[in-house]
Amino acid sequence: MVQLNTKIGSLELKNPVMTASGTFGYGTEYADFMDISRLGAIIVKGTTLNPRQGNPYPRMAETPSGMLNAVGLQNKGVDYFVDHIYPEIEKIQTNIIVNVSGSCIDDYVQTAGIINTLDDIPAIELNISCPNVKQGGMAFGVNPESAAQVVAAVRKVYDKTLIVKLSPNVTDITEIARAVEGAGADSVSLINTMLGMAIDAEKRKPILSTITGGMSGPAVKPVALRMVWQTAKAVKIPVIGLGGICSATDAIEFLLAGASAVQIGTANFIDPSISEKVIDGIADYLERHGFSSIQEIIGALQV
Amino acid sequence: MVVADNNLVGPSATLLTLQYPGELPDMVAGQFAELQVPSHKVLLRRPISIHSVDRTNNLVEFLIQIVGEGTKSLADVKAGDSVNVLLPLGNGFNYRSTHVAKPLLIGGGVGVAPLLFLGQEFADHGIRPTFLFGGRTRELILRQEEFLKYGDLFMTTEDGSAGEKGFVTNHSLLMDSEAFDRIYACGPTPMLKAVARWAREHEIACEVSLEHRMACGIGACLCCVEDTADQGNVCVCKEGPVFEIDRLKWFN
Repeated sequence: MVQLNTKIGSLELKNPVMTASGTFGYGTEYADFMDISRLGAIIVKGTTLNPRQGNPYPRMAETPSGMLNAVGLQNKGVDYFVDHIYPEIEKIQTNIIVNVSGSCIDDYVQTAGIINTLDDIPAIELNISCPNVKQGGMAFGVNPESAAQVVAAVRKVYDKTLIVKLSPNVTDITEIARAVEGAGADSVSLINTMLGMAIDAEKRKPILSTITGGMSGPAVKPVALRMVWQTAKAVKIPVIGLGGICSATDAIEFLLAGASAVQIGTANFIDPSISEKVIDGIADYLERHGFSSIQEIIGALQV
Repeated sequence: MVVADNNLVGPSATLLTLQYPGELPDMVAGQFAELQVPSHKVLLRRPISIHSVDRTNNLVEFLIQIVGEGTKSLADVKAGDSVNVLLPLGNGFNYRSTHVAKPLLIGGGVGVAPLLFLGQEFADHGIRPTFLFGGRTRELILRQEEFLKYGDLFMTTEDGSAGEKGFVTNHSLLMDSEAFDRIYACGPTPMLKAVARWAREHEIACEVSLEHRMACGIGACLCCVEDTADQGNVCVCKEGPVFEIDRLKWFN
């Protein structure tokens, strides 16, 4: 029996497989398809201080080996989450992590402060990298100073595991990673979606209502792998890798590149039980190669 | 599910019949399935409405318009191949818990697809529905003989090659607005809006099935939203695809 457990800050995961925010609802949407308690963690939909309607339809365009989305953080706000969603999901036997977003520092701080009071939420993922909202979001994550500012402010009110989700839409992601590490982040997760665009040539119009959107899926995996590899070397805090993971092999590549855990995103839309298959596939890989623990392959890339 | 049959019908559509090895789950007309596409060029599943159900042989039919790489790939699967399917998804038409005596089923183009299953369900309960279908030409009104088994079929075509020339909302059938007590419609959005407007003017209950671009099909990704009067943006895949027209913000 191989050991799959891993740690992100003080957060214990039974295995390194998490589901990415915005791709797995609140977990319960997937309960018909798999045993969601087997996951290392579920990162629930981006939550903001106030309710958000998100962007107008159309919000999605399929692209070669990928997709663009422009959802725009549609959610009912943190109070609704606390009153109506948290009671439904708190007893799921895995880590439930809330992805927190905002359009100004005070929004992030207030939302994180409220989530901090929930006993069964052991961590938040601070989203400073959403490309689909006009104010804030990605604006914080593309500059080391503003990224550090928002993380430092949240750190003051949030005393559990603080993960910061990074944008790939930057010149040097390691610079941002080091800045948020310095501001008190316990971990960084990367990559959020890459800014992209799709055009309907027949209609001579953009496909998305917002013109540009966030690209995800297998097409972004090489970029994500490269950024995880660079970042894992640049920071001491654990790195969570995501971007196009569709199989156990994909997940193992991220672990080898230095990720301590991984997130499955777009692949959930194609196979709603994929994350369970990835967990089993990682265990098989470890056994097949004679490893006894997942720790033996984290950052074990031979270069 | 295993492909039992797959045949072209009309100039650009295929009728895909899938068999389930066990007993099929309960399904409501208007619900849909997410079909995994065999082509590796296509990432996402394709949401396809349930066209008909044969419970004796555990068969489900899908009437699929061939529009792009994904649907073309589904048109190419052969008997004996397997297709990974999630079903049934979404909320179907409202006919089990509502008393309907004189249903009018309006379809445009491939939007006729879910109305065969609905017609079968009405026929099973001794109600003979009226079908009113529109298409650009006669060939584009699919599966006419099949629909005639369950109800009366009226048609409009833009070129006048079958039925009355024009759009469904101009058909003489609608001169007598008392003839129907509920309308079920599926087709292109401009047609649905015209039908909804007519139903509202004549105070006839009406529900429409929407076709939005989807990714997950189960309410997780929030891509396929429609704005509603009561709840703002909701997922067409989970809250719909069928909506009572009064919920939609089409009239203001």
